Amino acid sequence: MATSGVADRGSTERSSDTKIWNNPTVRGVFWQIVLIVAVLGSAAYLASNAIDNLARQHIASGFGFLNRESGFDISEKLVQYEPSDTYRDAFLVGLLNTFEVAGLGVVLATILGTLIGVARLSPNWLLRKLAQCYVELWRNLPLLLQLFFWYALLHVAAPGPRDAWNPLPDVFISNRGLMFPTPSADPSHKFIWIAFFVGVVASIGLDWWGRKRQEATGKPFPILAASAALIIGLPVLVLLATGAHMTLDKPVMQGFNFAGGSSFSPELTALLIGLVVYTASYIAEIVRSGILAVSHGQTEAAGALGLQRGLVLRLIVLPQALRVIIPPMTSQYLNLTKNSTLAVAIGFPDLVFVAQTQINQTGQAIEGIGIIMATYLAISLSISLLMNIYNARIALKGR
Amino acid sequence: MTAEIPARSPAHRLAGHTAGSLSRGIRQAMNALRRNLFNSIGNTILSGMMLALFWLVIPPFVDWAVTHATIAGISKSACDGSGACWTFIKVRLPSFFYGSFPPTERWRVDLAALLLVAFGIPVLRDRVARRGLWVVLLLTVFPVLAGVLLVGGVPGLPYVGTHLWGGLLLNTTISFVAVAGSLPLGMALALGRRSGLPIVRMLSIGFIELWRGVPLLTVLFMATVMLPLFLPHGITIDNLVRAMVALTLFTSAYMAEVVRGGLQGVPSGQEEAAYALGLKWWQVQYCVVLPQALRLVVPGIVNTVVDLFKDTTLVTIVGLFDMLGAVNQAINDPAWLGLAKEGYAFAALLFFVCCFAMSSFGRRFERRLERSTPR
Repeated sequence: MATSGVADRGSTERSSDTKIWNNPTVRGVFWQIVLIVAVLGSAAYLASNAIDNLARQHIASGFGFLNRESGFDISEKLVQYEPSDTYRDAFLVGLLNTFEVAGLGVVLATILGTLIGVARLSPNWLLRKLAQCYVELWRNLPLLLQLFFWYALLHVAAPGPRDAWNPLPDVFISNRGLMFPTPSADPSHKFIWIAFFVGVVASIGLDWWGRKRQEATGKPFPILAASAALIIGLPVLVLLATGAHMTLDKPVMQGFNFAGGSSFSPELTALLIGLVVYTASYIAEIVRSGILAVSHGQTEAAGALGLQRGLVLRLIVLPQALRVIIPPMTSQYLNLTKNSTLAVAIGFPDLVFVAQTQINQTGQAIEGIGIIMATYLAISLSISLLMNIYNARIALKGR
Repeated sequence: MTAEIPARSPAHRLAGHTAGSLSRGIRQAMNALRRNLFNSIGNTILSGMMLALFWLVIPPFVDWAVTHATIAGISKSACDGSGACWTFIKVRLPSFFYGSFPPTERWRVDLAALLLVAFGIPVLRDRVARRGLWVVLLLTVFPVLAGVLLVGGVPGLPYVGTHLWGGLLLNTTISFVAVAGSLPLGMALALGRRSGLPIVRMLSIGFIELWRGVPLLTVLFMATVMLPLFLPHGITIDNLVRAMVALTLFTSAYMAEVVRGGLQGVPSGQEEAAYALGLKWWQVQYCVVLPQALRLVVPGIVNTVVDLFKDTTLVTIVGLFDMLGAVNQAINDPAWLGLAKEGYAFAALLFFVCCFAMSSFGRRFERRLERSTPR
């Protein structure tokens, strides 16, 4: 910025007797050329070393290994996978596991973090201090330590399936992990999903129509109630129409372990608890400062205009708080995704775990680490891009 | 940036009263309690639930950690299993601090720690003459002294290989090196990111976004697994140094973003005025812009340092025995099996004290900054 300003001035006002090496533009170009040569030179040097070393150690290069048989099994998978499948499939399983952890973690951490952030502003002194203690405690402990702790708690300290902890009805925690009920599969579920998506699309359309009508006539449309009715009501209608095939598949003790329901392994449960508890402490602070950032005058002015409390929150406070909350929240989501790589430490097979196994088997470290780095870079950059677009849309207009 | 909510706790108000007006004090305390905890039905229920939670959690914890705990003895047989077995921590304590550092040489670690405190205090104190000089001393003289002390290899100080280092010594050393390296690098990157020279700017942005976009664990893997492949045949780098380089590069990207925030906080008039006085680019940055920018971002730098300190535990995944690694090692020792709770509780306490102290310093500085900044 500053340099370019000087450079412009230099080039326009330069008198004829100035030496060429004192011309800022020339100097700028010169130093940049030096920099490029230095960077490219060291890159070439490192690359030649790598080629040399790989040849000496008889390590193949390139991504040909992706099509070869992996030969190792993965304990947790969302898709079909056998040791006889290729490395490509193994990486896909790892990637899906990473997405599973990140997706669930983001949702749960947002819920918990928001609750604690609001609790930090509670008029109840005890609740406020308790929330503050929560934030201070988890923020000041290394995440890896927390993961080890939760894993030890679930894997070593938790009881066997026979005397599993039962914190909620039909939810069991034992050293085999977390068991919880899920709706049993039924052909009618397909239609319920269709009804759900129809509801979402209809709500978006209705929202657009409602806005247009309000702009034209000034009559507001109860979009929240209407879309809630559409998104929840339609699937319920379909459910009733198809004969209410909504039974829960509950985990039941059978022999030495639970059968039925769904389960998370101790690794996944520990990883999720650790990530959620840790990230929630950061999200709580973000939510709290976001709410505090909306000046009290806004609330009072809205009240003076005669808006009801709920409307004040929805129309005045939330939109302004979100503007402050969203950018740091995005980076917390990204942090959670990146922190999920600590899964290797407790043996959950995420992307890094698969890559590590691949590196041990093939010796192709550059390719393996390249795949992980490229994947995370792609996730990070695309989420930042999306969030920048969203941020630009909700940012302060005018001025 | 987080704003502090105004302190309006009843405890604050309670603290102000002396014994002279005891009965009035009690009455006011009751009023404060009622106002804060039992002023509505919902609030009363909430407070009741919270007190029940405390009742459920605190007494059993105190029972475990204090009342039924054991600290005497030197083996697991001293613990009866009804409470915490602090004997385990007592016996394994040296390994948590020094790793496998030879017992006869541990005084060198203690001395280095004392030196760090001695050099660090003048840098961190509120009012101190020639703070800049102390910073330079901390970043030049101290590392040389500490390095000679810890590594040795000179007459009187036998050589201690880094494979013997461990425990909190490792966390501290790695953190110090990474901070000392990433601060200047981060400043350079931040300036580069604002530079008018397009190639400098692009390289800085690329560097920063690359490190910020990937997880630290992959950077550490890269340093331990991939780096050896890029070195000429026959040259190897110490495992600890690799981890230090990785953490320095990684942290410098975050430092750069923190410093950039500070640079944006310096009014552009400052820079223009400095140019108008005829200063050169580096003079403008060094004498006018950076001092103001860095002052603004001390809290941000402290946060980065706390994160870095917590992140140094990751080196245990790549085979270095830091504090957490030492605890894990001790827990898996056949002579002390089943004491994971004690081990992690102790590690948590130690890390909490270190990190909380640092973040408190950052917050104190932030408040001082807010007071001294004219609005």
